[in-house]
Amino acid sequence: MPFEPVILFFALGLVAGVIRSDLKIPGVLYESLSIFLLLAIGLKGGIELAKVPLSSVAGQAAVVLAAALLIPLAAFPVLRRLVGLSRADAASIAAHYGSVSVVTFAVAGSFLARSGVDAEGYLVVFLVLLEFPALILGVILARRQGGNTQWGRLLHEVFSGKSIVLLLGGLIIGWVAGAEGIKPLDRLFIDLFKGMLAFFLLEMGLVVAGRLGDLRRAGIGLAAFAILMPVAAGMLGIGTGLAIGLSTGGTVMLATLFASASYIAAPAAMRIAVPEANPALSIGAALGITFPFNLLAGIPLYHWLATQARSMTS
Amino acid sequence: MSSSLHIRKLLTIICESTLEEDIAEALARHGARGHTVTDARGRGTHGLRDGSWSAGANVRIEVLCDEATARELLTVLEHDYFADYYMVAFLSDVQVLRPGKF
Repeated sequence: MPFEPVILFFALGLVAGVIRSDLKIPGVLYESLSIFLLLAIGLKGGIELAKVPLSSVAGQAAVVLAAALLIPLAAFPVLRRLVGLSRADAASIAAHYGSVSVVTFAVAGSFLARSGVDAEGYLVVFLVLLEFPALILGVILARRQGGNTQWGRLLHEVFSGKSIVLLLGGLIIGWVAGAEGIKPLDRLFIDLFKGMLAFFLLEMGLVVAGRLGDLRRAGIGLAAFAILMPVAAGMLGIGTGLAIGLSTGGTVMLATLFASASYIAAPAAMRIAVPEANPALSIGAALGITFPFNLLAGIPLYHWLATQARSMTS
Repeated sequence: MSSSLHIRKLLTIICESTLEEDIAEALARHGARGHTVTDARGRGTHGLRDGSWSAGANVRIEVLCDEATARELLTVLEHDYFADYYMVAFLSDVQVLRPGKF
């Protein structure tokens, strides 16, 4: 099994946080790195999208969207009945797991490149599409028994959020300009990508170390959910990927998207729309458990599962 | 010079950064003529808020206004935000020049 070295930077950040090192990534640098990563991922996706007919991607996207909505719909009753959470907490966490993590997606891409497995580059389209429907569904689940929601404020938060603006903006720029047009920017956006990702993962390690206290509040039920949910969602992603005819690499990327939980867009949207939900629970699970799990074990697992599934079906 | 100093209230709000826009709108709606926002870090009942990423960041919002406006703003904050959000708000007396401005 090839090992992805950028994960070591995450481990370093985690260790530095746990031993209370004075290492601190300034908030401004965190913001800059995330802007860079979102733009670069969008651009790469746009360049690849320009190479395929839009109509074929649209058909796949409809299937992917429908399948992905099963994740929060399944997570909600599990969290309510088996984990025993309140309606607001269950809905908020379901929204986090239904939405996606851009960095997990980037690490999966890096993992596949290192393993020499090709994946459809246009899958970034699905990354953009999967970010927000679960958030809206989460709010509906939380409000089914009344309560008022600032829908305007929520929709503004979701669609004007920097992750959508930069991913979608990068995607459109890459699509319009094409590989040739972006070539002068390759040094910045393509060649430096992995280094920036390593830097960002170092910071994520520090952030996760800071959230470990939240995990104690989460309890064993939620901790189990945070590991079993991504595996189940990853398997749904593998099934969906094979059904719409993606390559093995593409199937792994889709499985990773399904398995990942949002910890940037979702927390902000849920704070606004479902304020009574406890953010320590959702962020503790999504960032404290699921994010490291996917990085360390999940992605190689989805790769293995996708390879097995492919050999069985062909 | 001291004769031109006037007493006004300084309302200080420390809250999670997600609320910045919301609060700014509420302040304007209830009569505040301006406010100042700074990034903030600290520790309290909600644990460490170190500001290293967006969901763990705080802001400090300051408003200069007359007493009636300050009390109205505090009531709004208490009603709309205290239950569900990380927030501390307090009033203090300050002396200002140009009282018509606040």
